[in-house]
Amino acid sequence: MAERYDVVVIGAGPGGYVAAIRAAQLGLSIACVEDRGSLGGTCLNIGCIPSKALLQSSERLVEAQSVLAEHGVRIGEVALDLATMMARKDRVVGTLTRGVEFLFRKHKVDWLRGRGRIAAPGRVVVDGADGAAREVAARSIVIATGSESVPLPGLDIDEQTVLSSTGALALDHVPQRLAVVGGGYIGLELGSVWRRLGSQVTVVEILDRIVPTMDRELGRALQRVLTRSGIAFKLATRVIGARREGDGLVLDLEGAARESLAADAVLVAIGRRPYTQGLGLEAAGVARDNQGRITVDDGFATNVPGIYAIGDVIRGPMLAHKAEEEGIALAEQLAGQQTRVDYDAIPSVVYTWPEVASVGSSEEELQAAGIAYRTGKFPFTANPRARTNGDTEGFVKILAEEGSDRVLGVHIIGPDAGTLIAEAVLAKEFGASAEDIARTCHAHPTLNEAVKEAALAVAGRAIHI
Amino acid sequence: MATEIKVPNLGESVTEATVARWLKRPGETVARDEPLAELETDKATLELPAPAAGVLSEILAPEGAEVPIGAVLGRIAEGAAPAAPEAPHPAAPEARVPTSPRLRGEGRGEGRQATEADLLARSGPAVRKLVADSGLDIAAIPPSGPGGRVSKADVLTALARPEPAPAPAAEAPIEAPPVEKPPAEREVRVRMTRLRRRIAERLKAAQNTAAMLTTFNEIDMSAAVALRERWRAPFEQKHGVRLGFMSLFVKAAIVALQELPALNAEIDGEDIVYRNHYDIGVAVGAGEGLVVPVVRDADRLSFAEIERTIGEFARKAREGKLSIAELSGGTFTISNGGVYGSLLSTPILNPPQSGILGMHKIERRPVAVGDKVEIRPMMYVALSYDHRLVDGREAVTFLVRVKECIEDPARILFDI
Repeated sequence: MAERYDVVVIGAGPGGYVAAIRAAQLGLSIACVEDRGSLGGTCLNIGCIPSKALLQSSERLVEAQSVLAEHGVRIGEVALDLATMMARKDRVVGTLTRGVEFLFRKHKVDWLRGRGRIAAPGRVVVDGADGAAREVAARSIVIATGSESVPLPGLDIDEQTVLSSTGALALDHVPQRLAVVGGGYIGLELGSVWRRLGSQVTVVEILDRIVPTMDRELGRALQRVLTRSGIAFKLATRVIGARREGDGLVLDLEGAARESLAADAVLVAIGRRPYTQGLGLEAAGVARDNQGRITVDDGFATNVPGIYAIGDVIRGPMLAHKAEEEGIALAEQLAGQQTRVDYDAIPSVVYTWPEVASVGSSEEELQAAGIAYRTGKFPFTANPRARTNGDTEGFVKILAEEGSDRVLGVHIIGPDAGTLIAEAVLAKEFGASAEDIARTCHAHPTLNEAVKEAALAVAGRAIHI
Repeated sequence: MATEIKVPNLGESVTEATVARWLKRPGETVARDEPLAELETDKATLELPAPAAGVLSEILAPEGAEVPIGAVLGRIAEGAAPAAPEAPHPAAPEARVPTSPRLRGEGRGEGRQATEADLLARSGPAVRKLVADSGLDIAAIPPSGPGGRVSKADVLTALARPEPAPAPAAEAPIEAPPVEKPPAEREVRVRMTRLRRRIAERLKAAQNTAAMLTTFNEIDMSAAVALRERWRAPFEQKHGVRLGFMSLFVKAAIVALQELPALNAEIDGEDIVYRNHYDIGVAVGAGEGLVVPVVRDADRLSFAEIERTIGEFARKAREGKLSIAELSGGTFTISNGGVYGSLLSTPILNPPQSGILGMHKIERRPVAVGDKVEIRPMMYVALSYDHRLVDGREAVTFLVRVKECIEDPARILFDI
């Protein structure tokens, strides 16, 4: 007799593990299938967390090299110890993934080690690493298998010279020349890491702008800052060929003109795609769209009763926090509650320096939709705390509906933008007006005051500019 | 010189409106074009602007009243406010709506949906989820947050209020609720209709206000059944309407009410108002439920007139054409759970009335007649009454009188 669970989640990333814990809190019996030797999925193991660890460490290096002296802190010779930096990153990852294991034990979530496969609605087979297979019964099956890097034809990932994000997080040396294919947040963050650690970095992007899903003005501002930090950009340029030359590679590019780009390593970061291989979706009859995403309704139900999907395998931005919200909502729905996810209030953040963060509509989206709006902008150069910190790059931009003054979009580039965006997300959740933010007292001196000033600027009454 | 406030033309195919809410009270000063009242039509809720500046001197159509296009709703007097006269008589219990924005835009049209969506959007994720989980109408929750936002505490307070009373045996007009969402996995959630919400409020108000008590008796229906069997055909031939038991019960009730006036009375503040007219609400089947239209001055009507009136009500009820005026203002109510097979139930008062007679199913049962057991068509009857103004003796006597009259209908004829 197979073990029976109320819910079996396949995949222990931010969507899957959060869904599992929430379902357990609600009294459902639950198991989570995960093949990787640790929990937390791409995010904790080879995504958000290790990249942020390296971003932080490499920023420290830049600080020691060129910032501290300005503050009157004199230090001796500064040197990079890459092995120690990587070891620290691995420790951070290990601590956090073990934290998820602890949370599973605490909430009595069974971790079924192995690859999950849907045998039929209500039945999941777990193929263990030892070759043994076991079958469990589930009232509901949740697919949370996430996504994988999209490969670039002609550039086979070897994680030595041709890297995916996974390899770019674990290099044992600093490549002299790093080509980054893809100007999205992954390419820019990892490109920033290696630029700071000493690589010459060139970003090749097929579109005419970086971070193409964000407000255009943010992309332009970010490109300016990154260019100043030493990253080269080749926009509206595609990779049409690649060949090995010595220890490195030469990429053939086609942009305004044809050219070639020599690199010691190439990071392929052109996007991610749903990871559903070997799940048995065809056999179970689970429908997918033309981009390979599992088709779900508002309640994350697939076309097959009893099978649900959340996170990167379904529509919407591929973001850990989006998957977490979906995991919570689905778990609560399975327990009979009425939770919904407000997709208009999901922030997105690029953890470069300065950071870039957005929530809601961009100016281009509002213009395309024909929505009249007012803009309030405030630069960090006019923010006292940014001055004292010496981080005055960037601005806050608030877009509010003409008439109602409701906040439609908030776009920040600047120090700690990823943290500053939180109050804008809260404002979105409460349908706040720009004036609501402007009339909320903000502590002085803080970076958040720039958000308040931008809200004041919507009404043309910013104080400090 | 007073200016009349009239129901304006509300658009094609709209012939009448309901006064949803007065935004001004008699004695209040109004500016020209200032919203005076909210009118509700099948399509939307509209604000009625003041036709002139002055003082709202008179309200002729209370909240809830159905008014045709062109009807006079009230008057605006010129000049400054006189000493604010109290409304002489509260029109209906539901007139005491809270003066919160909760009724704003309460219509079935797009305006209401937009308002609701807006309120949900502005009230935050916790409130959105609580409202979705509980099925509450966010527009009906008094808001405490800035800008009219509903806070989580507001929803929790609304949830902590007592549940609406269950539908009484036989007086709840039921309107088929529109299903707004596809059925969820384990439950289906539909919004209460406006009518349903008002019923819920009124029934609960009755329970909260009155000292409600029910007394029972049983009636041997042999004589009434025999009478009906005997006269059914000629009656129908002459009057063109079926002879039912309802006219008999209406007449019996009036005989009893005339003897026990407390049951045809109501409490108004410190006073008791005894009514010398007998407007009897009667249960009439209407599709999925019962409605209770009022037979006015039933004491002056013949059996045939009562049956004809009830027949007319039944037809209108089936067609959904009963007006609010026809459904309100009775002095006593007769409900009939027997239609659906109820053997015994305790009806809920129809406020501000002080009594309601519940008829039930006729069932052939063995009863002791003299020293023998006989099978007789028996009906249990119940009288719920407001003990604040009706004594137990009066209530019991009332039921006994009804019983006597039905068991020997000649008593009605001779007033014995």
